[in-house]
Amino acid sequence: MLQIISILLENKPGALMRVTGLLTARGFNIESLTVARTLDPELSRMSIVVDVQPQLRGQVIKQMNKLVNVLQATDLTDSPAVARELVLLRVRAAMASRTAILKEAEIFGARVVDSSTEGFALEATGDAEKLDEFIDIMRSYGEIEVTRSGTVAVSLEAKKLRLAPPVPTSSSAREKEKEEVPSH
Amino acid sequence: MSSQPAPLMSGALILLECLVKEGVDCFFGYPGGVTLPLYDAMYDHPIRHVLVRHEQNAAFAAAGYARSTGRVGVCCATSGPGATNLVTGLVDAMMDSIPIVAITGQVTSKLIGSDAFQEADTFGITRSCTKHNFLVQHVNDLPRIVHEAFYLASSGRPGPVLIDIPKDIFQAQSHYKPVDEIHLPGYKVYTDGHTGQIRRAAQMMWEAERPMIYAGGGIIHANASAELRTLAETLDAPTVCTLMGLGAMPAGHPNYISMPGMHGSYAANMALTHADLLIALGVRFDDRVTGRLAAFAPHARVIHLDIDPAEIGKNRTADLPIVGDCKRVLAKLNKVLVEIKGEHQPKNAANRQAWNAQVASWKQEHPLTPPDKDDKEIKPQHVIAEIDRISGGNAIVTSDVGQHQMWCAQFIRFNNPRLWINSGGLGSMGFGLPAAIGAQFANPEQLVFSVVGDGGFQMSIPELATIANHGLPIKIVIVNNGYLGMVRQWQELFYNNRLSSVTLDNFPDATMLAGAYGFKGRTVDNPLQLRSALEEAVAEHGPYLLNVRVTPFENVYPMVPAGGAINEMVLRPPQPVAVGE
Repeated sequence: MLQIISILLENKPGALMRVTGLLTARGFNIESLTVARTLDPELSRMSIVVDVQPQLRGQVIKQMNKLVNVLQATDLTDSPAVARELVLLRVRAAMASRTAILKEAEIFGARVVDSSTEGFALEATGDAEKLDEFIDIMRSYGEIEVTRSGTVAVSLEAKKLRLAPPVPTSSSAREKEKEEVPSH
Repeated sequence: MSSQPAPLMSGALILLECLVKEGVDCFFGYPGGVTLPLYDAMYDHPIRHVLVRHEQNAAFAAAGYARSTGRVGVCCATSGPGATNLVTGLVDAMMDSIPIVAITGQVTSKLIGSDAFQEADTFGITRSCTKHNFLVQHVNDLPRIVHEAFYLASSGRPGPVLIDIPKDIFQAQSHYKPVDEIHLPGYKVYTDGHTGQIRRAAQMMWEAERPMIYAGGGIIHANASAELRTLAETLDAPTVCTLMGLGAMPAGHPNYISMPGMHGSYAANMALTHADLLIALGVRFDDRVTGRLAAFAPHARVIHLDIDPAEIGKNRTADLPIVGDCKRVLAKLNKVLVEIKGEHQPKNAANRQAWNAQVASWKQEHPLTPPDKDDKEIKPQHVIAEIDRISGGNAIVTSDVGQHQMWCAQFIRFNNPRLWINSGGLGSMGFGLPAAIGAQFANPEQLVFSVVGDGGFQMSIPELATIANHGLPIKIVIVNNGYLGMVRQWQELFYNNRLSSVTLDNFPDATMLAGAYGFKGRTVDNPLQLRSALEEAVAEHGPYLLNVRVTPFENVYPMVPAGGAINEMVLRPPQPVAVGE
């Protein structure tokens, strides 16, 4: 079963490798992964789709949250979220089918990003299923080449970001601080 | 306050200052090309560096230091081969949650990625075998990174942290500014435990008819032995400690049974199988404990306390999870248990008495005792029993990996935590001797036994030089059966007795070997001389190498075959059938 995970992580050297390496080491298969900077250039947002048995979904999130550079890992599979993917597709088209292709593209809300005597380059976004259909239809017109972005997702509910507060460098000061924290 | 800028210092010196600030009194390492500036700075620095004879042993010695004290152990290696030699020790520390900080040299920053001499991608290689790792990119980052590394290694679930430092960073000059605060916003440690969950746990504990405590390495790491003992006494509940938890309860305590699992006692495994409440404390339901998971503690509800949220529910679903530090949570739990005792206790008193009686009778039925003595050959179990007698459960014992390790776990009755030091999760042969070096440096006044097999010992022979060099009074006891005993045991039992590459012939003469390093050694093979030989070893002021030739074909029992349920133990070796029986 596919699980969609959204991860907010510090933009530090090796951080991406930590996430992918952990998934591999724990035997979770990565279906797709996208990563880019957030509004805060020191942070990145990753959307990962993992193929995992439903009962292990919690374990994946817990393992992700153990990474020091991960500020928050959230399971978006069943929570209110929007997930989209982008596809860039080049289709070779004979003159006769060009109009039909443009019609189909319109139905899928795809844009023409390049047009030549050889054919078109099209850009479409949507959920993975819709894009599968789009690709299938385009294939029926001629030879195609496809690049998919992988899923990007955003949660529809604001989730509070809980961060660890700074701690003193000296271990004795840390112990003292712990004692002073009232138990909840 | 003076407004003078801090003095200029080299990165190497800044590193040493930060180590001192972290309370490091000694560390273990091996120099090389890119760490030359660091070793040059050490030349007239008060910090103590112990030169081992192989980098892997620096990591194991750091682990021995950490395991015996709870403080962070430190090891150091050069780039390339030095760093890759540390890897086994890092994985070992990762598996057993041991706080160590490894410092590795790296080729000069501008050469990184050019396949320079002794270059290896240490940062990449050690990513999966550390809790976290760092590649230092600027000398000004060094103090922050060192303190973060120590904090990460020692807090939460402890583990190894590596700092990779390019040569030019050691050489760079910087105004050293001490760092007072660590800010790791993504590193959350939950220590206190949820109060409501603790209260519910206490209720479950009083309501249970057959409660059972299953305690592990987490108790030792959290220094929660006293709290564990109070819990066991308050509940009057049978308790088992895992291989990593041995010593968390004094072995002679009336509530204590033994180690559970593959080579655990009959009583421990039967109790786990019949309990109706499992109080799992700082354990990870390792396969060597649970056997076939589906058949493990099948009647029990599970309370699982661990500082690592990812351990809870990983192997066994917890009916009541508590994320927190064992010491802090148990202290609270013990209070709540006393508070609510009145409302719960009497209704179960009879059932719980019967449960304890049942456990006691299991203990009697098949006690964990060494086999009968033989007057011709020494049985390996008796070597361990004799060490138990001489140490009184109060000496540090480091073991290697294999049959002797299991016999130590079965027959040495540790009175205190941090006395039993072994490689549990990774099971790395070659661990025992270097770990003893670390433990002895950390505890110079303590009696330290290093109990090793003839296989693991031969992986560690170079460290005899380190031991001799520092006159470390370690008592090395080789349980020598001439075989890779545990591998042979499995070949006998599960591979039709086809013994493949397990004989260890040409073992060196122990007296000559020890003599070559300048200390005393001896071989015994006569059961009547075993006791006096061990006493002689202990009486010796310096190191001692005691090679005990034991009967070759002894195997470890009880044994749960791999994939079996833990109550399906093989209790003793197959006996020859007597005629007429």
